[in-house]
Amino acid sequence: MPGITREEVAHLARLSRLELKDEELDHFAGQLDVIIGAVARVSDVADEDVPPTSHPLPLTNVMRADEVRPSLTPEQALSGAPAQEQQRFKVPQILGED
Amino acid sequence: MTDPTRLTAAQTAAAIASGTLTAVEVAEAHLARIEAVDEKVNAFLHVDREGALARARAVDEKRERGEKLGPLAGVPLALKDIFTTEGVPTTVGSRILEGWLPPYDATLVQRLRDADIVVLGKANMDEFAMGSSTENSAYGPTGNPWDLTRIPGGSGGGSAAALAAYEAPLAIGTDTGGSIRQPAAMTGTVGVKPTYGAVSRYGMVAFSSSLDQGGPCARTVLDAALLHEAIAGHDPLDSTSIDRPVPPVVEAARSADVKGLRVGVVKEFAGEGYQAGVMQRFTESVELLRELGAEVTEISCPSFDKALAAYYLIAPSECSSNLARFDAMRYGLRVGDDGTRSAEEVTALTREAGFGAEVKRRIMLGTYALSSGYYDAYYGSAQKVRTLITRDFEKAFEQVDVLVSPTSPTTAFPIGERADDPMAMYLADLCTIPTNLAGNAAMSLPCGLAPEDGLPVGLQIIAPAMADDRLYRVGAAVEAALTARWGHPLLEEAPAL
Repeated sequence: MPGITREEVAHLARLSRLELKDEELDHFAGQLDVIIGAVARVSDVADEDVPPTSHPLPLTNVMRADEVRPSLTPEQALSGAPAQEQQRFKVPQILGED
Repeated sequence: MTDPTRLTAAQTAAAIASGTLTAVEVAEAHLARIEAVDEKVNAFLHVDREGALARARAVDEKRERGEKLGPLAGVPLALKDIFTTEGVPTTVGSRILEGWLPPYDATLVQRLRDADIVVLGKANMDEFAMGSSTENSAYGPTGNPWDLTRIPGGSGGGSAAALAAYEAPLAIGTDTGGSIRQPAAMTGTVGVKPTYGAVSRYGMVAFSSSLDQGGPCARTVLDAALLHEAIAGHDPLDSTSIDRPVPPVVEAARSADVKGLRVGVVKEFAGEGYQAGVMQRFTESVELLRELGAEVTEISCPSFDKALAAYYLIAPSECSSNLARFDAMRYGLRVGDDGTRSAEEVTALTREAGFGAEVKRRIMLGTYALSSGYYDAYYGSAQKVRTLITRDFEKAFEQVDVLVSPTSPTTAFPIGERADDPMAMYLADLCTIPTNLAGNAAMSLPCGLAPEDGLPVGLQIIAPAMADDRLYRVGAAVEAALTARWGHPLLEEAPAL
C-alpha cells in the first residue's frame, strides 16, 4: 500500500472541506499512514464468495401515506441558523461573480 | 436519614412512591452533589437545575393527586450530550455546536419524560462520540472518580463518571464501538448496549449510523434493566427501529438464574496486550459462573481479530458522510463569513475551527476509504469482514446461550498517555467492537479490582440480537454472587471525592 504523503492529506482535507493548518498536514500524514497500514489487513478477506454486510438489519424502503403531519415551524427550523433572512437560511455566495 | 445520592434507582423510586422521600428532595441532593464534586470530575457539560426541579415537582404533584407512578418516577439521570433536548444546550462535546439550542426532543428524551425520570443535565463525552477516553471533548476531559488523573473510558465517560461519583443513579450512553461498555468497565459501573435498533436513534446525533446504539448506564444490573424498559421499543420516526416487543429484561434481572445456561468464553479475547489483573478477575468470573451452575465452554471466533480494522474503516466512512451536515449554513458555528469568501471556503474554515483532531482524523480516513480506487480494498473488504464476524456469532450462538470476555484489555489509563498514538487508543475497544458490527446485545458489569493498580475490571456478556434479557439474567446472577463475596457493591471501595 502506498504511504500517505503530505500532499495526499492536503487533497483529502480539500475533499473533506477542512482548511487544515500546515502543522496539521504533517501530523495527520504520519498518523493516517500508521492507521491505514494497520487497517489494510481487511483486504486479506477479499474472497468473492463473502457477501458484504452494510447494515446489521435487513432494511427495506418503507412508504407512508402522504399526509400532513405536525412539524417544526419556520421559526423553529431557522432558530439555530448562523444567519437568516426572509424566513430562509442566509448563506455566503455560492457562485462567483463572473 | 439515608443520603439519597447513595441509593440505587430502584430504591429511590420506591422511596418516592412510598413518600419517604420527595422527588424534589432527591433532585436537590443530586444537584448539591454535582455542585460539590463536578468541578473535579467534569462529568457534566450542562446542568439543567430549573428543568430538573420542575420535573421533580411535577412527579411529587402527581403522587399527591394519587396518580400511579412509573417504576422510575422521580429518579435523576445524566443524559449523554448527544441527544437533542428542546431548548437545552446540545453540543455533542464539540465547539461546532457550542450554544446550539435544539428545536425538538429526541425520542429517547420524550420516553424519559413519559417515565417521569428527572434529567439533571447533559453528560460530557468525546467529541461526536469519537474516542475511548473522553479526552477528546472540546470542553475538557472527564476524570475517573476512582483516580481523577485517569480516564473514565470513552466516549460516554461523563455518563459513567456521573454514576461512579454518585452525581446520578442513572445515565444514558451511546455505543458505536464500545462507548457504553468500556466506560462502565473503567468506572466500576454497569453499561448495556442493547440490540441494534432496540432504542430509537431519532434525535441522537449520528456518528456511524449502522453501529450507533443508545442504551442504559447504572450502578446495578436491575437499575439498568428498569431504564432499558423505559427507553426501548419501536419508534416510527426511526427507520432502523425494530418493531418487536422489548425482551423481558426486568424480569430477567430479578430472576438472576444461570443454572444450565451455556456460557462460551471467547478464545480470541486473551493473550498479548491483556493486563494480567484483568485476566485474573475475568478467569475468576468464569469460575464463578461455573459454581453458579452454568456450563462453560471455550468458543473460537476466528474473524474477531479483524474486527478492529474493519471498524476503523466502517465508522470513519459513515462519519465522513454524517458529519457533512456540519457545513456552517443551518446550525452551529460559522467562521470566516466576511463577505468576500464563498460558501465552500466558509464551510472549510468553520469545520477547521469547530472540529477537534480526532474528528478531523476520522473524517479524512473515511474520505480516503470511500475514494475511488480504494473503495473495494478498504470499505468493501471491511463489509466482508462484517459478514464473517456475524457468521462467527451465529455459529457461536448455536453452541452457547451467551459469550463472555473481559470488556477492555486494560484498566483505566492515565489521561494523556495515549493521546498522540491513535492506534494504541483504538485498542481499548478491541473486545467491544465485534458486537457493534454484528448488531447483537452486550453488557459490561464490574467483576473486581485489578490487583496491580486497584482499578475496576469489567466482565462483558454478549447475547444474540433480541435476546437482551439473557444479559440481565447472567449479569444479575454474577452481581449478586460477587456482592455477597465482597460484602458490599464494588463502587463502595472507590475513594471519597
